[in-house]
Amino acid sequence: MANRRSLTTALPVGAIDTRATGWWAMIFVVFTEASLFAYLLFSYFYIAVQPHAAGSFPEGGLPDLTLALPNTVVLLLSSVAVGWAQFSIERDDSKRLCIGLAFAAALGMVFLIVQYFEWAQKPFTLSSTPYSSLYFTVTGFHMAHVVVGVVMLWALFAWSAMGYFNRVRYAHIHIGALYWHFVDAVWLAVFFTFYITPLLGMRS
Amino acid sequence: MCNNRLTKTLLPYALPIWFALARPAVATPLDYLHAAGRKAAPVVALTWGVITISIVVIVIISVLLAGAIWRRPGSAAIPGSRLALEPPVEALNWLWLGVGISTLVLLFSVVWTMIVLAKVTSPITKPALTIEVTGRQWWWQVRYLNSDPDQIFSTANEIHIPAGQPILFKLVGGDVIHSFWVPALSGKTDTIPGLTNEMWLEADKPGLYYGQCTEYCGLQHAKMGLLVVADTPRNFSAWWNHQLRSPQLPTKGDQWAGLANFNMYCGSCHAVRGTSAAGMLGPDLSHLMQRHSLAAGVLPNNPADLERWISDPQGIKPGSLMQKPELSARELADVQAYLKTLD
Amino acid sequence: MTIADYERVPTVAVEEEGQGALSENLKRVWESRPGIAGFLSTVDHKEIGLRYIVTAFAFLIAGGVEALIFRLQLAWPGQHLLTPEQYDQLFSTHGMTMIFLYAGPVLSGFSNYLWPLILGARDMALPRLNALSYWIYLCAGIFLYAAFAFGFGPNDGWFNYVPYAARAYNAGPNIDFYSLGMILLGISTTVGSINFVVTFLRMRAPGMSINRVPILAWGTVTASAANIFAIPAVSLAFFLLWMDRNVGTHFFDAPAGGSALLWQHLFWMFGHPWVYAIVLPAMGMVSDGLPVFCRRPLVGYTVVALATVATMVLGFGVWVHHMFATGLPSVSLSFFSAASIIIAVPSAVGVFAWLATIWTGRPVFTTAFMFFASFIVLFTVGGVSGFMTGSVPVDWQLTDTYFVVAHLHYVLIGINVFPVVGATYFWFPKFTGRLLDERLGRWNFWTMFVGFNLGFFPMHISGLLGMPRRVYTYADGMGWDWLNLITTAGSFLFAIGVLLFIVNIFKSYRTGTPAGANPWDAPTLEWSVPSPPPPYNFVVIPTVGSRHPLWEDRLGAEEPSYPHAGLVLNKGREAIGTSVLDGEPEIILKMPRDSYAPFILSLTTTLIFIGLAFQFWWLAALGILGSGTDIVGWLWPERSLGETAEPTANG
Repeated sequence: MANRRSLTTALPVGAIDTRATGWWAMIFVVFTEASLFAYLLFSYFYIAVQPHAAGSFPEGGLPDLTLALPNTVVLLLSSVAVGWAQFSIERDDSKRLCIGLAFAAALGMVFLIVQYFEWAQKPFTLSSTPYSSLYFTVTGFHMAHVVVGVVMLWALFAWSAMGYFNRVRYAHIHIGALYWHFVDAVWLAVFFTFYITPLLGMRS
Repeated sequence: MCNNRLTKTLLPYALPIWFALARPAVATPLDYLHAAGRKAAPVVALTWGVITISIVVIVIISVLLAGAIWRRPGSAAIPGSRLALEPPVEALNWLWLGVGISTLVLLFSVVWTMIVLAKVTSPITKPALTIEVTGRQWWWQVRYLNSDPDQIFSTANEIHIPAGQPILFKLVGGDVIHSFWVPALSGKTDTIPGLTNEMWLEADKPGLYYGQCTEYCGLQHAKMGLLVVADTPRNFSAWWNHQLRSPQLPTKGDQWAGLANFNMYCGSCHAVRGTSAAGMLGPDLSHLMQRHSLAAGVLPNNPADLERWISDPQGIKPGSLMQKPELSARELADVQAYLKTLD
Repeated sequence: MTIADYERVPTVAVEEEGQGALSENLKRVWESRPGIAGFLSTVDHKEIGLRYIVTAFAFLIAGGVEALIFRLQLAWPGQHLLTPEQYDQLFSTHGMTMIFLYAGPVLSGFSNYLWPLILGARDMALPRLNALSYWIYLCAGIFLYAAFAFGFGPNDGWFNYVPYAARAYNAGPNIDFYSLGMILLGISTTVGSINFVVTFLRMRAPGMSINRVPILAWGTVTASAANIFAIPAVSLAFFLLWMDRNVGTHFFDAPAGGSALLWQHLFWMFGHPWVYAIVLPAMGMVSDGLPVFCRRPLVGYTVVALATVATMVLGFGVWVHHMFATGLPSVSLSFFSAASIIIAVPSAVGVFAWLATIWTGRPVFTTAFMFFASFIVLFTVGGVSGFMTGSVPVDWQLTDTYFVVAHLHYVLIGINVFPVVGATYFWFPKFTGRLLDERLGRWNFWTMFVGFNLGFFPMHISGLLGMPRRVYTYADGMGWDWLNLITTAGSFLFAIGVLLFIVNIFKSYRTGTPAGANPWDAPTLEWSVPSPPPPYNFVVIPTVGSRHPLWEDRLGAEEPSYPHAGLVLNKGREAIGTSVLDGEPEIILKMPRDSYAPFILSLTTTLIFIGLAFQFWWLAALGILGSGTDIVGWLWPERSLGETAEPTANG
């Protein structure tokens, strides 16, 4: 029984791995954020199936993949970098941890810059049509998450560089990585919705 | 329907109080416990059915609760003292029995609901007429649709229909969301901007049936009534033919002066066919004198109330989009004299 | 901390009278500072819980006064006490207040106070987040009410349908304040919910496996889990509306190709689960409180817990029953109608479980018992009227009439207010160490019960006689006059009942009979500690072997519980983290010190919303910057919390 075991076994003290309270909290942060994006995409599809003038949904014709597709790869690579950072700290390599985090943060920033150009070349603005409102709002929500993620990655990088983490104590890395993986995964849903479904025939 | 028969047999015994309330001495023009048409009737039966179920459930639970409480009261609580505990008999069987019966009743209600829903969803026979109703703050625009564009005309707040025939309604949102409701004939359907909702209703007998907007729509939501007038088919045709014609032009001097002022001050919102008044923002007034009420059911249509309404719309319906016309008393009287010719 | 402090075998001890040193030490570690510094920085769940309850009751009174004012207007036909605009703001603010600022938060308050005590924990899992949740709730409440005070309260009802809420039809700033305030409040509810769920999963005392948790915890965790998934819908809806109104987007703008119904979907996808979120914890309080006065454990613990969860799961699939009249195709009407009727099954489980508990028990007539028992009838009335509105063809008649007003008040007052008042009679002794006056309690109960039914039952009938809801006045001769007069009279009687409740609280707080640790001879862990509990809750962490640790001497148990024996956690603020299903100790958690960070973060967050409301973009940017800085500081890895690497041998 529980109590008897606790009499003899040493218990870790503080915050480690999936036993850290913060890790559990982040799981539910991810759930609520994922719901937010689910409702955003629901709004997109709900408005997409309303009657629209031919060619006005998506506004400006089929979306251009020239920037969006490579940018998706950039974001996925940054997830890989974070994964590598996690893998490294589990082997007590705080140098590679720092490199991985910095690399991921830099890729996140590249994503933001490319996304800026993607926005700039759109022939419509936020207030043109329901499509344009949806496009900028949903990708804007995602960009806000990337901004938060990049700030977080730099903070984690700084803390790592200060030698805060080792093979056992790296709950912050673990928790931060969970968030960053989520931000990348949800981009796939956003990307699929805005860039792929029109190609599959969801347009008017 | 057996359901109907069951309800009819049970009601007089189970619900004397409800009957007293539902057939009260005072008139209850918006009550929906009395159907006056083929669409409303099965719903009224279902409504009585679920009311009966509900009351029976409340009574049973209350009796059980009272029995449970006074069956074996415990000793008085003395805070801080230890009290006896009951041996925790498991009473799960009773729980399952109660839940089981409830589930059966619920399933029965689902089936009955589906039967009624199937029955009232679309008209039984081909609709005799299609009427477009647009909900506006705070009145109803009514257009009688026809394949011949010359035979389309507009009116407001009062809908004439032939009795005994299903009528199709196309419901359009004019500004904000409203809900079209004539309780004795049918349940509600919203008028939503960007959508055209269809519904139908039918009146068994000639008569007046009251309606009301039931989706909150702003300051004068409370005063957005409507009236359905069911006529005999012959009277309806007469009314319909009359509506198609433009009203006759005035014959007297003050009426002519009124017409001129009407065109100038009222004509940008209101329309009267055959004149230069062609506004679309307010009700079409072509045959105003034929209507029972003014301002969407707020005032009876008589000379005194007509004067009250046009001389002080904001006093009677604060927030109404109708402003007080900037006319002298004399000019106002002329306009009234003209309006009275709109038969 | 030294390296030895990163891992240890916790000692076990039996709590004894006069074990002064240990409790002195714990008190020093856990107690907040006195004065304003402690007030702003405390993370004690008991303090936060009480603040939640007091604030929520303040909003209950405000919302009640609003209702009394417009009930005067409706007492007779054709009254002109209020202008239509005043009426609309009053009824909208009343709904907003009761549903968002009272009903949810008051339950958060009870759960905040009680959870660690009933679960055998030292605090909630995330104490600073807990403080943040309260402060943001307070800020959102003040934000919304400040707008109301300046005449900019919501005026489109609590569900705020577009396009009436759009700029074209509602030009004032009213809806902007309502939208932003609701988003702000949503942050509070979300972080609070995350805290409850994590606490439920990780903070239960050793041995409290998932089938030994009090039902209150099941109710609140279910509601919280639902909030985590549902709140984003409403926050998003309000944000999109704010954008439509202020930056020219077209989400709800039908003429431009948007959709007015999108609002209704988003709102009710949240709204219906929320309705369950503000009753399930209250039903949990009854499930835990009622058996104490029946002198036996609850009948059907497992099915009641499962029914709680099942209600919520089904609750996500019935939102369309708020939209039956919007012209949806009959296939979807049939589905949602059937779901809305069948959702009554898990409710029936609860009703019969409570009935069977009373039937097989020996009820003790305390005021708390009377509130709990009467709740069963009110719940039944609210339940069957809900069942009626679930039937589509019937709902086409019932919807948007006073019948629905009656229904929702039976649900919200019957299933929230009555259990909450009962729970106050039950747990007030734990909060304050003093009992509420039972004599005054009887008066309190009967005035509330009679007043409530007198006030709200006739609404069913005025509804059946066709009275539409949300009308600022009505004409003579509709057959509603007497019913409305009775309703107004009843609502004033009900208000007197609430007043007696408040009087009792003030009176008993000062002069009530001292309660002792366990005045009701109740079975759960909160009654094993002194009233009021010390800052650290438990001297030693209790060990749990059954659902009723304090009744085991009479009822026995599969395994014995030790309410006063267990782990000693005394090296700073510590708590035990246990496994999700079995409650096995897994980790010794270091709990945070008191902190100003939550209070400051609530202020900077509110600053963002004030900036948005007045379109002072620089202010909003300042708020974002401040919040970001605060969060980085908050999350800075701390050695004292065991978040950073052990010092190496040479370092």
